[in-house]
Amino acid sequence: MNYGRTRFVTGFLAIPVALYVIYVIAPYAQAFYIAFTNWRGVSADPQFVGLENFRRLLDDDVFWKAVGHNLILLILMPVLTIGIALLFAFLLNSGGRGGTGGVWGSKFYRVVFFFPQVLAVVVVAVLFQQVFRPDRSGMLNAPLIALGFEPVGFLSDTDVALWALLGVLVWQAVGFYVVLFSAGISSIPRDMFEAASIDGAGGAQLFFRITLPLLWDTIQVGWVYLGIAALDVFAVVWVMTAEHGGPDSSTTVMAAEIYRNAFQYFRFGYASAMGVVLFFFTIGFAALALRLSRRERIEF
Amino acid sequence: MTNLSRRELLRSAALAGIALPVLSACASPAGPGGASPAAPAAGATSAANPLGLVETSPLEVWIFDGGLGDAYATDVHEPLVKGKFPKLEIKHNTTKEIAKTLQPRFAGGNPPELVNNSGANAMDFGALVQDGQLADLTPLYDAPSWDDPAVKVRDTIDPAAIELGSYDGKPYVLNYASTVWGIWYSQKLFEAEGWQPPKTWAEFLRLCETIKKSGKMAPFTYAGKHPFYIYETILTLAAKIGGKDVLKNIDNLEDGAWQVEPVKQAATAFAEIGAKYLLQGTAGLDHVQTQTAHNKGQVAMLPCGSWLENEQKDSTPADFGYAMFTLPDFGSSDALPYGTLHARPGEEFIVPAKSANPRAGLEYMRAMLSKEGAGKFMEMVSTLTVVKGASEGRTLKPGLKSASTALAAAGDNAVWFLFRKWYVEMHDEVAAATGQFMNGKLTVDQWIERAQKKADSIKNDSSVKKFKR
Repeated sequence: MNYGRTRFVTGFLAIPVALYVIYVIAPYAQAFYIAFTNWRGVSADPQFVGLENFRRLLDDDVFWKAVGHNLILLILMPVLTIGIALLFAFLLNSGGRGGTGGVWGSKFYRVVFFFPQVLAVVVVAVLFQQVFRPDRSGMLNAPLIALGFEPVGFLSDTDVALWALLGVLVWQAVGFYVVLFSAGISSIPRDMFEAASIDGAGGAQLFFRITLPLLWDTIQVGWVYLGIAALDVFAVVWVMTAEHGGPDSSTTVMAAEIYRNAFQYFRFGYASAMGVVLFFFTIGFAALALRLSRRERIEF
Repeated sequence: MTNLSRRELLRSAALAGIALPVLSACASPAGPGGASPAAPAAGATSAANPLGLVETSPLEVWIFDGGLGDAYATDVHEPLVKGKFPKLEIKHNTTKEIAKTLQPRFAGGNPPELVNNSGANAMDFGALVQDGQLADLTPLYDAPSWDDPAVKVRDTIDPAAIELGSYDGKPYVLNYASTVWGIWYSQKLFEAEGWQPPKTWAEFLRLCETIKKSGKMAPFTYAGKHPFYIYETILTLAAKIGGKDVLKNIDNLEDGAWQVEPVKQAATAFAEIGAKYLLQGTAGLDHVQTQTAHNKGQVAMLPCGSWLENEQKDSTPADFGYAMFTLPDFGSSDALPYGTLHARPGEEFIVPAKSANPRAGLEYMRAMLSKEGAGKFMEMVSTLTVVKGASEGRTLKPGLKSASTALAAAGDNAVWFLFRKWYVEMHDEVAAATGQFMNGKLTVDQWIERAQKKADSIKNDSSVKKFKR
C-alpha cells in the first residue's frame, strides 16, 4: 500500500526534479566550476586556475565599489520602501477619522501606488532616464532651467547618480508593499483599533502599539525580499546609467560587474567568481535577516 | 552523442540558461577537445568558384542591426552571391545582440558561416582569435577579384583594412567600411553666420567664443554618456601633436605611453573646451540626444564618425548640409600636418572557422568586396568602404562627400588606435575617466595616471592575450 504510494509520488516528482536539477542546480554547479577556470566563453576547453579569480577579486577596486553600492542599497532600500509603504498602508486603511477607515480617496491612491509595479523594470528605467534628463527636456530639470538654476546631473553627477537610482528603486517597489501591508492591516480585527481609539489612543499610538507589532511577520518577509532585490539589482542600473554603472563606476553593482566581465570582457571565469561571491552574500544576508528579525509571535 | 561527458552536459545546460532562444544550438555540444562535429566542407575550386564553396550546404549570415541596418545584406550582397550560386541556400539573420545570440553557438561548435561582429555587444575578437575560432582570410585575399579574374582581391582594397584585421600577422577579420572621424557642422549654418572651419587651435577657440557670444547656440558638445566620442578626438589631437607613435605606443602597452607630453597637451586643450564651451547638460546626454540638438541648431559642432549623416537621416533638416573639418593645427611644432585625421577601416566581418561551410562565408566576402557590392552599399548606407574606387559613378550625400574628400586629402596622415578592440577593459576605464575630466572632476594628470595604471595592469595580466602593431 505504502510502497505503491511512494512509487506513485516518485513517478510524478521525477520529471520536475530532473528538470530542476538540469536547469537550476546544474548551472549553479557549473558556475562554481567555471569560477575556478579562466574560461573566456568561446573555448570548449577551459583551463583550471584554482583560486586565481578570487585573488584577483580582492584587488579589484571596481568590484568593491560595486559591493559598497549594493550594501548602501541593502540598507536604505528596505528601510525607505518599508517605511513609506507602511505609512501609506496605514493611511489607506486606518488613517481616517477614528482610525477605522482610510483617508479620503484611499481607493484611488491604492491604484496609483500600485501602478509602478505593473510596469516592466526596463520601462521604468527608460522613463526615468527622460525624467532625469539634464537639459530642457528633463521633467525635473526643465523648471530648474526655467528659473535660471544650473540643471542637476541626476545621472551624470557621480555624487548624485546613486541616490537618483535609489529613488527609482524605492518608487517602483513601494506599491507592492503598500498592497501587502494593506492586506496585513485589514486582517487585524477592527475592534482592536476601535477599542484603542475609545481609550483615547491617537494615530501615532494606533500605529506603533497595534499596527506595527501585528504586522511584524509581513514586514519581516518584505525585508528579506527587498534585501535580496537590493543585492541583485541590475536592470535599472544597466539601462539608466551612462557606461552601465557609471558615470565612472559611481552606480555600479555586483550584478552589473558580473554582466560586464562575462559579456563585455569575456572573462566568464572571473565573472563566475563574482557570481559565487554574490551567491554567498545573498544566502548570508537572508539567514542573518531572518535571525535578527525573529520575534515572539503575537496571536490574534 | 554517446560520448557526451557529464561536464559537457552541464555546460550545455548552463549555456541554455544563458540563452534560451538558441537552445537548439546547445543540443549538440562540441566533441572532446572542441573539435567541430564535421570537418569544414571544401568543394572543388574552379574559375567560377575560386574558393571552392559547397552549394549543397547553406550559408548562414548574421548581420548586426545597428546604424547601418541590414538591408544592404538582403538587397545588395545576398542577391550578388545568389546570382552566382543559385543553388546555395542563404539564411539571413539580424540581431542587435551579436554576442548573446552567437556566443553559445561558438562554444557549442556550430557557428554560422558569416558574422558581422559589430556594435556594443560584439564578441571579443581577442578571445575568438585566442581560441582559434576564426577562419584565416588569406585564401580570400589571394583569390581573383569578383570584377577582374586577373586581379587578386588583395589588390582591390585598402591595405590598412588587411593590416587592421590581422592578429599576429594573420588576417582574420574583414574591416569593410571605412570610418572617418572629424568635427561635424552644418554648412548652411556656417555660411549663414559667416563662420569658417578653423585651421588653427587659436582660431578654433575664437570660433567657440564667437558662437558662445552670439547667444544662439552652444559652441560644442559630444555624446557625454559615451565619452569614447571625446577621447577619440583627444587621442587624434595627441597623434597630430606627437606623431603616429603616440597611438602605437598606447596600443602596444609601452611603459609610460600615456604619460607623454602630446597626450597631456591634447587633454588639457579639450579640458578647456569642456570647462567653457559645452552644451548645457552634455555629460548626461547620449549620442542621439546630442546629435538631435545639433540638428535642431542648439549646438554648432560635435565630434563624430562618418556614420553620423546616415544615422541622423530621419531627423536632419533637408538643407542642413553636413560637413566635417579635421582637427586644427595645435602649434607650429605639430608632428603631423594639417588635415591629419582619425580614419579606420571598421565594421568587422568574420568567417567562423568551425562553421559547416566556411568557404561560402569567404565567397560572400568576395562578393562584398566587388565594385558593385561596395558601391551599392556605399550609396545605401552612406558609408565609405575599403574597396578602391567603389564611389566611381555613385552619388554621395554632402557629409559623406566631405569625409571622402578629407580622407583623400589626409593621404598617409590617417591615424588610428586599436586598444578599444584589443582591450575592452582599458577602453572602458579611459572612457570613464575622460567623462570625469571633461566635467572637471578629474585633473588631466589624474586622468593620465588612471589610463596608465589600467594599461600597466593589462600588460601584467597573463590571462589577456596581447597584440602588437
